[in-house]
Amino acid sequence: MFPDVLDERSVRMYVDNAADWMVIHWGASLEAAFQPLLHLLIAIEGFLLWMPWYVIIFLIAGLAFLATRNWKLPIGVSILMFMIGAAGYWEESNQTIALMLASTITALVVGVPVGVAMALSRPVRSIMRPLLDVMQTLPPFVYLIPGVMLLGPGKVPALLATVIYAVPPVIRLTDVGIRNVDSDVVEAVSAYGASGWQKLWHAQLPLALPTIMAGINQTMMMALSMVVIASMIGAGGLGYQVLQGIGRLEVSRGLFAGLAIVALAIIFDRIAQSYGRRLQSQLHMDEG
Amino acid sequence: MTPKIVCRNVYKCFGPNSAEAIRMARDGQSQSEILKQTKSVLALNDISLEIGAGETFVIMGLSGSGKSTLIRHFNRLVDPTTGQVIVDDTDITTMDRKELRTFRRHKISMVFQNFGLLPHRTVLKNVGYGLLMQGRTRKEQDEAAAHWISRVGLSGYEHHYPAQLSGGMKQRVGLARALASDSEILLMDEAFSALDPLIRTEMQEQLIELQAQLNKTIVFITHDPDEAMLLGNHIAILRDGTVQQIGTPNDILENSVNDYVRKFVQNVNLNRLREARPASIPA
Repeated sequence: MFPDVLDERSVRMYVDNAADWMVIHWGASLEAAFQPLLHLLIAIEGFLLWMPWYVIIFLIAGLAFLATRNWKLPIGVSILMFMIGAAGYWEESNQTIALMLASTITALVVGVPVGVAMALSRPVRSIMRPLLDVMQTLPPFVYLIPGVMLLGPGKVPALLATVIYAVPPVIRLTDVGIRNVDSDVVEAVSAYGASGWQKLWHAQLPLALPTIMAGINQTMMMALSMVVIASMIGAGGLGYQVLQGIGRLEVSRGLFAGLAIVALAIIFDRIAQSYGRRLQSQLHMDEG
Repeated sequence: MTPKIVCRNVYKCFGPNSAEAIRMARDGQSQSEILKQTKSVLALNDISLEIGAGETFVIMGLSGSGKSTLIRHFNRLVDPTTGQVIVDDTDITTMDRKELRTFRRHKISMVFQNFGLLPHRTVLKNVGYGLLMQGRTRKEQDEAAAHWISRVGLSGYEHHYPAQLSGGMKQRVGLARALASDSEILLMDEAFSALDPLIRTEMQEQLIELQAQLNKTIVFITHDPDEAMLLGNHIAILRDGTVQQIGTPNDILENSVNDYVRKFVQNVNLNRLREARPASIPA
């Protein structure tokens, strides 16, 4: 037995009481604050479900074509999307795509500026590093509990949990990308009188873009891997089918929904990767 | 000749204990002794020099002599630890950030050893960058850029990207960018050192030709004595952060102040020099 050095029950009671206090006093205003996120998610979901299925397939194939300028990827992507639809998961897939897109957009809006701040400021970096480590290792269920208490079960805490889980790569890779920008180029831009913002816009961000794109790709993949957990608090979509498969011990339901998640992951990974490669060659950095 | 750039007792120290390092340097201690005792690198040790308007002033030294650090003092990419850098009677070390930006945009431009071109912008946009910083209209930028691109012999490459060009062509872009901003002072940090010997000769001749028409104040850094003798009206030889000798090419050849300078210039190709500058080098 470990000796009783601390009255841990009373410490925990303080934490729980603090959480209760926050729920009572802040719950409503927090819910209002995150309303825009809900609108974003609902707008994307509404758009995807309002469009006829063939238009969606055409749009995704079009994205794939723009990324590669080649017919192979668009055809592969269309076949995968068609199979998802044929398996009976069209609506659920679109809900999952909407959650993934909304959380990726949120992660970008938050993550890129934070990554830039980390790259440019040593104090910010020393604060953010351990915080990112915690975000990446803390089991998502831990922050789901207060999230659900504060916001109630539903799409918003699911989205927030997904963002917390998925935002670290885009922050880290923005930081790394900016710090690895060729210092000769940054120095040259300064020598011609660029201000801090101009340095960022003219040299650092554009040259870091391929690395940031790799971060966006990872963020999308991590957002997709959160869908099962997110569905436990009301995100719906493919994750919910997996969850139901577990609940009813229906192997087929879980397996097919799981395969559909894998298919989505492949589709978006390949598209994002091709965009990354395209950016790289557009920057002509392959030769230095 | 009125001095364009004046350096007065410039010391530059990298490391934790610059005050102590400079005190030791004033006592005449060596760079390695200072490093051992203060863990600080004394890159420049009491540099004082004057650069005249319209001349080409060459700073020559081996790597680690402090020459790249010194040239970065003239546009304050590096700040001196102590000392003054005076350009056109203004001490630039006292300028605030905004004044410094204005100074860099209008007064001084720079060519880099590794070109420092923006890889995602075309040759035209790279050359126009200084003018963009000056706040000129897009039309003015593009017109001036096109003019200077043709002056350095790159017509037809306006819409290429830097990665599509050879080293020599990239450096012509760097030179055109520096000339396009129409500044009075041109800093060239080992500008031709990364180029093949043939291209380097070509670029040197082009620079001499351009300078005959433009009459800029050029500060040129090199480790190559031939290049220094060919281009410089005055040459300063730097070693371990101290000036060994300043003088005309002829001075340095004929009246070397010490063995280090003598060794440095003993292999200069005098034939090429006489051919290129018959007036300044007696037979």
